[in-house]
Amino acid sequence: MWATAAALTAMLSLVVVLLYVVLVNGLHVFWPAYVAEVTRVDGEALLGEITRRATNPDTDEVSFQLKTGNRELDPQRQDFRWVKEKDIRSISYPTGIYVLERVENGNYYGRLERVEGPHVPAAGDRSGDEALSSGVTAVQQKAAEYLGPIARNLAALSHQLQETREAIATLQYRKTRLPGDQHQRLDEQLAEAESRATQLKKQSDYWVALQQKRLAEFRTDVAVFKDASGKSTPIEMLDIVRIYQPNDMGLLAKLGHYVKKIGELLWDNPRESNTEGGLFPAIFGTVMLIFLMAITCFPLGVLAGIYLGEYAKDRHLVRLVRIAVNNLAGIPSIVYGIFGLGFFVYGIGGLIDQWIFPERVAVGSPTFGTGGILWASLTLGLLTVPVVIVSTEEALRAIPRGIREGSLALGATKYQTLLHVLVPMASPGMMTGFILAMARAAGEVAPLMITGVVKLAPQLPLDGDFPYFHLDRKFMHLGFHIYDVGFQSPNVEASKPMVYVTTLLLLLIVLLMTSTAIWLRNRMRKRCQLRTL
Amino acid sequence: MSIALENEQKLSAATPSEGHTAAHAAASPVVQTRDLRLYYGQSEALKGVTMDFHSNQVTALIGPSGCGKSTLLRCLNRMNDLIDEVLVTGSILLDGEEVNDKTLDVIELRRRVGMVFQRAVPFPKSIYENVAYGLRIAGVRDRKVVDEAVEQSLRRSALWDEVKDRLHESALGLSGGQHQRLCIARAIAVDPEIVLMDEPCSALDPRSTTRIEDLIGELRRQYTIIIVTHNMQQAARVSDYTAFLYEGELIEVGATKQVFTKPERKETEDYITGRFG
Ligand SMILES: Nc1ncnc2c1ncn2[C@@H]1O[C@H](COP(=O)(O)OP(=O)(O)OP(=O)(O)O)[C@@H](O)[C@H]1O
Ligand SMILES: [Mg+2]
Repeated sequence: MWATAAALTAMLSLVVVLLYVVLVNGLHVFWPAYVAEVTRVDGEALLGEITRRATNPDTDEVSFQLKTGNRELDPQRQDFRWVKEKDIRSISYPTGIYVLERVENGNYYGRLERVEGPHVPAAGDRSGDEALSSGVTAVQQKAAEYLGPIARNLAALSHQLQETREAIATLQYRKTRLPGDQHQRLDEQLAEAESRATQLKKQSDYWVALQQKRLAEFRTDVAVFKDASGKSTPIEMLDIVRIYQPNDMGLLAKLGHYVKKIGELLWDNPRESNTEGGLFPAIFGTVMLIFLMAITCFPLGVLAGIYLGEYAKDRHLVRLVRIAVNNLAGIPSIVYGIFGLGFFVYGIGGLIDQWIFPERVAVGSPTFGTGGILWASLTLGLLTVPVVIVSTEEALRAIPRGIREGSLALGATKYQTLLHVLVPMASPGMMTGFILAMARAAGEVAPLMITGVVKLAPQLPLDGDFPYFHLDRKFMHLGFHIYDVGFQSPNVEASKPMVYVTTLLLLLIVLLMTSTAIWLRNRMRKRCQLRTL
Repeated sequence: MSIALENEQKLSAATPSEGHTAAHAAASPVVQTRDLRLYYGQSEALKGVTMDFHSNQVTALIGPSGCGKSTLLRCLNRMNDLIDEVLVTGSILLDGEEVNDKTLDVIELRRRVGMVFQRAVPFPKSIYENVAYGLRIAGVRDRKVVDEAVEQSLRRSALWDEVKDRLHESALGLSGGQHQRLCIARAIAVDPEIVLMDEPCSALDPRSTTRIEDLIGELRRQYTIIIVTHNMQQAARVSDYTAFLYEGELIEVGATKQVFTKPERKETEDYITGRFG
């Protein structure tokens, strides 16, 4: 008895510890931490957030880890520094310290000196703070005004260029397939397409040059900051994502900051090789992947389960299939991934490409013959379908015989009985299988890694461009994001908060989806519950 | 052939004697079983049952537990098809048509031969939908027709007054006795010719039992009823004919009055008087 209780306790406490670690580390990431000014005994001053405190077990020496940011100024390009307690003369939390979140190079910690540049409005009698914030707003607005149309032009041009290049590739491919006497017309078309391509290239070069020129202008709009050592650094205003002064913020301001950061997390694109910014593409990819998986695996699993439970005659065969299905769950998921790569990507995808886009294959840019969200979701579906099959079959088997006989005795066919009575009654059980399948699918990363997940996808698999669903596209995924940011990123310390946040988010999404499904199931169950006499 | 003839003779000896009431005289056999044998795998559950069921009469099947009453009942609408490894031989004639014929439309048969099971299990649907189920799957779409049939069936199964205000609530919220009557309503809603009832009053209180017995008396005017019961008083009260089965064999069948007052076989007498093992 006590052994079982102890085992349960051990299990539960492990889960609780895991959740605790994720929650504690994940939740405080966006809370603006105080910035400390640490003066060392040798006179060197450091500015940064104290992120950790560690004791050397041999010497009992205490050290602090400081997030000092200002990466580009550090010779080793480090964001973090360790300082021994005995080397510290004083620690203070002065007001007026700025934290800048930047597009590149991480955070900057320092004090404001002045703002300057051609697009910065005249300071007048405004204080430094106001000049900074109004300056940044003004510069970024103007930049959007000047650079936005250029960027849109360039995007359109590059799209056209891409299409022209594909057309050229198609023509070249056709040339290899057609007899020599038809080459002349193709050659004419080719020449035309090539001249169009050079035309487009020229145009786009012009716009790129203009963009560079404009950007160079905007790069002279800077805010000059002074770091802890007193060294002045000009920081381009275009580079600034967010400015805040944690030591001067009240609770309300901090709360506002927190909420805004979460908004950024949910709706923005990632920056700085995924260690900063938002997770929107990864959230989108994860949810869409699971939905695609669900709409393929659920009907398939339910139908297969119904066949096994209701129609299959051969008892031994059914038993064999059931064992096989149960054991499918034990195959390592990477094996499914490899199967998905071989069967879906190279097999089916390759065939589709050969039928529909042979010229793209010829130039080595396959459409469906490479990893994509469709293949990844099908692979996941394959992985989770046994769960749905087994639970469907079990739900059907759990229905009392009297119900079945009652329906048949009233002159219902087997199909009618199934449709009107059995399936509705088994639906809560099917939902249970579906929930398990979804939870499992949401946590799988390994099979995705070889069937289409990427660390940074330029486009979402669903957008406003015809045909809206781009199931051949590669996608981002929260689980892979955790792996990528946590273990593939060059800057391990800086990426740690993101790992926790991503984990937390993934857990929340899974929780949200499964609890929706559970809520649905409970509603179904209430309708179908058999009151025992 | 000779066996069949023999059975015929035995049967005519067992049918009610002539001097019975006018109703009995009018009765004619709708269902006839001839040397009906049923095997569950190796074991023989019915060992050559030959008897007639008369139209617009109530026939009670009595006998000790496990003697094959339910099995016999289930043969009549081919419910045993659902069980694997069942073998049926002999013949069952329904209005002269062979029930065991593999080409027979089982759906049609079950529509003609309704059944109320030993344990009433309503569908997890509303009361209304439970009763309307048989009509719906038969393709009746007309709302008025369905409404009417539901009300009539519920009235006849003496449930209407209790449920008329909650027709669209779940049937699972009814009591056990109400379940039983609901299942009867469900069975008669499709207007079958024969109603098979397998211990419809098991697990019911005396009041509900009385109601169901009244109901059987009522239904008898329109349907042919075959009822399995363990309650001797009930068999005596509601049935016109009684058949006594023992270990898969038909021991005796006859007019209820006769079987209960002067049974021909000693086993029957022992069973009825409770002196049975
Ligand atoms: N599905 C089955 N498979 C194998 N044997 C069965 C099956 N159903 C019934 N039997 C056997 O057939 C015999 C007759 O069963 P049946 O259900 O007809 O009895 P019964 O007379 O209805 O009994 P009770 O009064 O207890 O309901 C029993 O010996 C039983 O064990
Ligand atoms: Mg029985």
